[in-house]
Amino acid sequence: MSETESETRTAERAVQTGAEAAISALEDAGVEVGFGVQGGAIMPVYDALGQSDIRHVTMAHEQGAAHAADAYGIVTGEPGLCLATSGPGATNLVTGLADADMDSDPMVALTGQVPTDMVGNDAFQETDTTGVTTPITKTNYFATDAGTVGDTVRDAVAAASEGRQGPTLVDLPKDVTQAETATSPSHEPETKPTPEAPAEAVDEAARAFAAAEKPVILAGGGVIKGEATPELRQFAVDHGVPVVTTMPGVGAFDETHPLALGMAGMHGTGPANMALTHCDFMLAVGTRFDDRLTGGVETFAPAARIAHIDIDASEVSKNVHADYPLIGDASAVLHQLDSAVPRSPDAADWQAQCETWEREYPMDYDAPEDEPVKPQFVVEAVDEATAGDTVVTTGVGQHQMWAVQYWTFTEPRTWVSSHGLGTMGYGLPAAIGAKVAAPEREVVSFEGDGSFLMTCQELSVAVREELDITVFVLNNEAIGMVRQWQDAFFEGRRTASEYPWGPDFATVAEAFGAAGFTIDTYDDVADTVEAAREYDGPSVVDCRIDPREDVYPMVPSGGDNGAFALREEHL
Amino acid sequence: MTGGLQGPDPEERQQATGRRNSQGIRIDPDVEAEPAERREVLSALVDHEPGVLSEVAGLFARRQFNIESLTVGPTTDEGMARMTIVVREPGPGVEQAKRQLRKLAPVHSVSELSGAVERELALIKVEDDDPAGVAAVAEMYGGEAVEAGPEVVTVELTGSEEAVDAAIAAFERFGVREVARTGTAALAGGTQETRESND
Ligand SMILES: Cc1ncc(C[n+]2csc(CCOP(=O)(O)OP(=O)(O)O)c2C)c(N)n1
Repeated sequence: MSETESETRTAERAVQTGAEAAISALEDAGVEVGFGVQGGAIMPVYDALGQSDIRHVTMAHEQGAAHAADAYGIVTGEPGLCLATSGPGATNLVTGLADADMDSDPMVALTGQVPTDMVGNDAFQETDTTGVTTPITKTNYFATDAGTVGDTVRDAVAAASEGRQGPTLVDLPKDVTQAETATSPSHEPETKPTPEAPAEAVDEAARAFAAAEKPVILAGGGVIKGEATPELRQFAVDHGVPVVTTMPGVGAFDETHPLALGMAGMHGTGPANMALTHCDFMLAVGTRFDDRLTGGVETFAPAARIAHIDIDASEVSKNVHADYPLIGDASAVLHQLDSAVPRSPDAADWQAQCETWEREYPMDYDAPEDEPVKPQFVVEAVDEATAGDTVVTTGVGQHQMWAVQYWTFTEPRTWVSSHGLGTMGYGLPAAIGAKVAAPEREVVSFEGDGSFLMTCQELSVAVREELDITVFVLNNEAIGMVRQWQDAFFEGRRTASEYPWGPDFATVAEAFGAAGFTIDTYDDVADTVEAAREYDGPSVVDCRIDPREDVYPMVPSGGDNGAFALREEHL
Repeated sequence: MTGGLQGPDPEERQQATGRRNSQGIRIDPDVEAEPAERREVLSALVDHEPGVLSEVAGLFARRQFNIESLTVGPTTDEGMARMTIVVREPGPGVEQAKRQLRKLAPVHSVSELSGAVERELALIKVEDDDPAGVAAVAEMYGGEAVEAGPEVVTVELTGSEEAVDAAIAAFERFGVREVARTGTAALAGGTQETRESND
């Protein structure tokens, strides 16, 4: 930019509306896409957005906007942007914000608000948005004047991505976004140094690690969020340590590697849960020891000394006590630890034991030709047909578990799911966000019939935006995970869990202008998967799967990971 | 209900050694040791802005930390307020409360004030049938009558939480109509600044 040009630009900026200041702050922060729905109080912001270079994807529902932004954040590592108007627009974002907060996904929400002088009067479409969202955002802001709104938006973007990532929200009263201001953004967001753990703490952990006989690495979502995947892989391979992941940590370690034991927890693999239960040393990285992972804490890794690397001090010793707290950035601390380790642990017997468990507890299923198609078969067929960098999104339920269990993940940022909140309806809007984030990659979504019904209106968006995504509805005519628990723990009383009234999903897809397919038999699978993938645009495959199929292994809530059930009679 | 997997039954598997308590701390399996509760005074310097009190109170409610009292007031720095929060939690709970508090954007520092100067102010409205007796008790606890009405006298006094408890108990014999207490305010002792704690 020449000097005169930049002067004109400064001059242009000298007087701008609060909305324009907010949008330029987004542009300066490198935000390229936003997902949202228009409305009265956010109109000035949309007006400025329309004149900017930021692409806007209009969603059918604000919940869809939040999930799309969330998935965009997971796939790119940069905060995804969503926008909504005041009142119902903002409250429709709530589920998506809570979801992003639980999973530490980077995201920024801009919400319209009634004019400042009406706040507190129960004005039309007024909701105390900052009040409602305080517990489910990393931090939120109420913009007070046009002169500072640019700075506030910048801070919100910075806060969403720095340290432990998470959602932030800026509530924008209409008078603030409409007012003209002469102030342009004044401060650069502070860049904080990458935090390392204290050297003494690292040395202690390194010595304990070297002395271990049964070491295991537990890789959480923080490994991926902290871009520490290469360091973690190197560390595991250099020292010969078996690796278990949490559900958000799936993709942190290549599941085809001999040291990979898979995901642990409620529906984790046998070897992963055995290794956690019997290890004498655990290097946990970027995990919050969620109860779906630990089962009952009394029986969780009961003999293990635990070293816990985490960027967030409040996660260390929150649920499970850390003998060696290592607070800092995951890749920085893994480097530190690697340099401090005096020698690799002598763990040949332990590795052999883990291999034995892998042979003893295979992930398998029967697929008799004369019975309905098994969902696991569909997941494997799609996995085989697609490339390693394919992004997989899901709803919540049995299908989510089959997807994570039977897909072989090798890369970070390919597994996009609702972990902590368990939000049905996440999968389709997440697939939209993922495809917008990575148009060159294939995006598939596994859905349950129940989950898909919650947000299938977003298909209209995929059609309009010509997003080539493929949705596999693993249709068991039930909210199957609930049905499974009723069969196991409520003597088979299936109150409100059977959905034989669901629509024909192929027809639904066609009504939206997408392609619809149906799988009824094993013979249909390969060809239909191919046809749906080849279709240039969104397609939906209604997979009529065996409605009796349950998810195993299973550790009942609060149970002992080592006593996972392999079949119903173990429960 | 199909979908079972092959593999050894739970009872046939190698059994784990060791146990943790409900706080996730490894323990001797033969001794059932749950950490005991302790009373701790936390002091937080926070932005002096609307909404901060509700944010802090909301955090404590949401995460089920037991608060005994919470006071807030201005400091020598115009932009900052000091909150004094008395919590009653087992050790790990106190630590967790401090860490969560530090994460809130408007919170600048949190310290734990053991051995601190702690005071609370109380207004105690006592029946005035025995003015000399009330005056004697007030004097004994360093209080003074701030209002004497036709039937009641209101005594103001400051002291540690225990001293205030004791004073109220002593006034009971005259009849206590109403009490208003501020909760504890505290500062680190001596020249030590009440900022980040040394843990
Ligand atoms: C929004 C929401 N409502 C309710 C639930 C409770 N829930 C958890 S799993 C599940 C079943 C989901 O059914 P479906 O999407 O059909 O998947 P399936 O288990 O059959 O594969 C339900 C209802 C939830 N997780 N999210």
